[in-house]
Amino acid sequence: MQNAFQIVYLIPLFPLIGFLLNGLLRKHLPRPAISLIGCTSILASFLMSVWVFIGVKNGNTHVAEYFDFIRVGKLVIPFAFQIDALSSLFLLIITGVGFLIHVYSTSYMHGEKPEHFARYFSFLNLFVFSMLLLVMGANYVIMFIGWEGVGLCSYLLIGYWFKNQEYNKAANKAFIMNRIGDLAFLIAIFWLIAKGGSANYSDLESFVTKLSGTDITVITMLLFIGATCKSAQIPLYTWLPDAMAGPTPVSALIHAATMVTAGIYMIARSNILYSLSPLTMNVVAYVGLATALLAATIALKQNDIKKVLAYSTVSQLGFMFLALGCGAYTAAVFHVMTHAFFKALLFLGSGSVIHAMGGVQDIRQMGGLSGKLKVTFITFLIGCIAIAGIPPFSGFFSKDAILLSAFEKNPVMYGVALFTALLTAFYMFRLLFVTFTGSFRGTEEQKHHLHESPAAMTIPLVILAVLSVIGGLVGIPEVLMQGGDKLASFLSPVIAAHESPNPVSHSTELGLMGLSTALVLGMIVFAWVKFKNYKSKEETGFGKVLENKWYVDELYEKIIVQPLQQAATFLKNVIEKNIIDGLVNGVGKATQYGSRQLRLLQSGQVGSYVLLMIVSMVVIFAFQFFLRK
Amino acid sequence: MLINYYIFLSLALFCIGIVGVLTRRNAIIIFMCIELMLNAVNLLLVAFSKMHHLTAAAADPNAIAGTDAQIFVFFIMVVAAAEVSVGLAIIVMMYRNVHSTDVNFLNRLKH
Amino acid sequence: MNIIQILFWFLSVIALFSALMMITSKNPVHSVLWLILTFFAISGHYILLNAQFLAIVNIIVYAGAIMVLFLFVIMLMNLNSETEPQKNRWLKMAGAVSGGCLLLVLVAALKDSELLKQQAQVNEGYIGLIKNLGKNYSALM
Repeated sequence: MQNAFQIVYLIPLFPLIGFLLNGLLRKHLPRPAISLIGCTSILASFLMSVWVFIGVKNGNTHVAEYFDFIRVGKLVIPFAFQIDALSSLFLLIITGVGFLIHVYSTSYMHGEKPEHFARYFSFLNLFVFSMLLLVMGANYVIMFIGWEGVGLCSYLLIGYWFKNQEYNKAANKAFIMNRIGDLAFLIAIFWLIAKGGSANYSDLESFVTKLSGTDITVITMLLFIGATCKSAQIPLYTWLPDAMAGPTPVSALIHAATMVTAGIYMIARSNILYSLSPLTMNVVAYVGLATALLAATIALKQNDIKKVLAYSTVSQLGFMFLALGCGAYTAAVFHVMTHAFFKALLFLGSGSVIHAMGGVQDIRQMGGLSGKLKVTFITFLIGCIAIAGIPPFSGFFSKDAILLSAFEKNPVMYGVALFTALLTAFYMFRLLFVTFTGSFRGTEEQKHHLHESPAAMTIPLVILAVLSVIGGLVGIPEVLMQGGDKLASFLSPVIAAHESPNPVSHSTELGLMGLSTALVLGMIVFAWVKFKNYKSKEETGFGKVLENKWYVDELYEKIIVQPLQQAATFLKNVIEKNIIDGLVNGVGKATQYGSRQLRLLQSGQVGSYVLLMIVSMVVIFAFQFFLRK
Repeated sequence: MLINYYIFLSLALFCIGIVGVLTRRNAIIIFMCIELMLNAVNLLLVAFSKMHHLTAAAADPNAIAGTDAQIFVFFIMVVAAAEVSVGLAIIVMMYRNVHSTDVNFLNRLKH
Repeated sequence: MNIIQILFWFLSVIALFSALMMITSKNPVHSVLWLILTFFAISGHYILLNAQFLAIVNIIVYAGAIMVLFLFVIMLMNLNSETEPQKNRWLKMAGAVSGGCLLLVLVAALKDSELLKQQAQVNEGYIGLIKNLGKNYSALM
């Protein structure tokens, strides 16, 4: 298996080549060629990833150093790829789910002009390339390159329909908010290098002795701020729902395979540092929990099919951060994996619905689609069950692991998390029932237009549905099956085993599982009763607050954007116009005035020249004899 | 004789020459003032020559130190003579052109 | 005060006075004549300094040839005091003041100099004498 590691650089290279081919030849390639290039490049790197994964599973790890990226004094930052359990798992998720999304896109984006079609695929490939770079890098600097690349690609893809001003604004919002986190991440890297002298993951162990407790806390906090931004946590989450401006497969890619998992990956990667800073761990856990709850409440009342899914992503990411904060890194990574499956499924399913509806995203205009869109409905249902957490679907195992870790940390946390999980089940099934059951509420024309999506779209749905069902079986808790938690043992070389401060007994664990399952089932029934014959009505009171997302965007607008804009206006109108322009114009005017006066000296009369010469001589003599001493 | 008398005398003559240049507009008078300034310098050079000769002669009665300064003076006179011939020719040409020797008419330098 | 000092002061006063007259007289011909007087006074200084050769050359070349050239030119142009252009009064004043300033600055700069305590050889010394003309200096050394 050693040779798989020799050519590990091919994994990111394939998407890069795909990006270059599609990007440079976008005006010359026909549509099938573009699809072929886009999908094959990802498929190739998926196959490579599988090969590498098998190698890692056999117990091998590898750090491939190619050249020195930065060499300044004693600081050496190599351009190196690290292949171990964590990165190989992420490679599989990224390329696997990424490939399915690519295949789906070939059909979904079929209406675009070939040129834009190629642009779309080149961006997708670049996105995957950046994400691969992010997870494969053997130090924080290489990760940062991918980190920035992901931010850029999200900007490009959210603003893919760049003729729409609103979409451009959403793209700008995503990019600018990401910059805030990037700054924190960058400072963390600098801090790490300044104090530890290295940014390599392999040196993290040695930092434990080099760095003081404060250093570790500050670094982990800064890294966490970076992660809150990429992974859409409070207070920097508002860009993610707006990122729905992009095409639906892009949303799927951002939410499932790439981008938002970057923050989780980064913290899981730095688990050694985080384990040393209980303060940061608590902050991570509470921020994650708060985000999960807030986003879930917002999702309850959203009417845009993609917005519901977007807030559910934010909420699920909150769960992952909760797990990270509780020290259950394995659970977080597990949830990343299962979430990638069912969230990609749900997004692609919603894309299929939107496709059938001719671009309509408002669920109030849908209803009763289950008859026409059978495959979509069934797969969507599977996705909903998975995210709600009903055994033996994948979401159950990962969510249960998170809930358990929260319970071990603090039962109150567990309560809130469980409540959020119930909300998750509720809003997901609300979405399902409102969209697929009841009677159709759209126009006749739309009703006539309804059709099941082509195979290129349904096959990825089916594959993802299968994965959503069985994906959780790699992490069956010990209490249900001896040696069932294969994922934890797989990740154990990279992530220290989660040692619970106050482990719960098996019976308690089983009881908790049963409790959550029963409550979730109850919630689904409640949603069924409430929404099987949905009629849209105006929201009032608290519901309106939720529908308007707690007015967080408006709050940000008021307390951050507007003061900044006012300051900028002040600077522009007062400082710039009067002081800076005045200074510049004043210099010009002074020069003009001075030269107009000085011009008179040049009378052309020899006498005056001689007079000036003598005067200057007097001055020079005086200076030389009297002042120079 | 103290050297400072000579120095101040030639400085005074030199400055009178300069004042003449500055206050008169007639090109010929200005030219004469320049001659006066040259002569002031010549006088100073001769005085310095004798000053050096005095110190050198104290050590060696046959010393010829200071001769070179007088040779300088001689050369200055030669150059002055040549300069006067050229300068007067220019003034004559100027007179033929503008029918005046007023330097203020020569303001072509402005353009 | 010996004869040499009397002669020195006498010649100095003549030189300065005639120089001043040269720049102040309106008629160019008078200016030339005052300048010739100045040159004579300077030549007297040369003789006092035992620089006989230069004194003679000064009289012949300057007072003789050059000033005659000046006179010729002035006569050629028929200049007289009426045609003499006059400068603006303020400009004249500025010229006089700046020339005076120059004198002041130079005198002030030099008045504390060590150099001023040195003596100049007056009425003795053999360099610059007419009788040296034709002497072979290499033989002398």
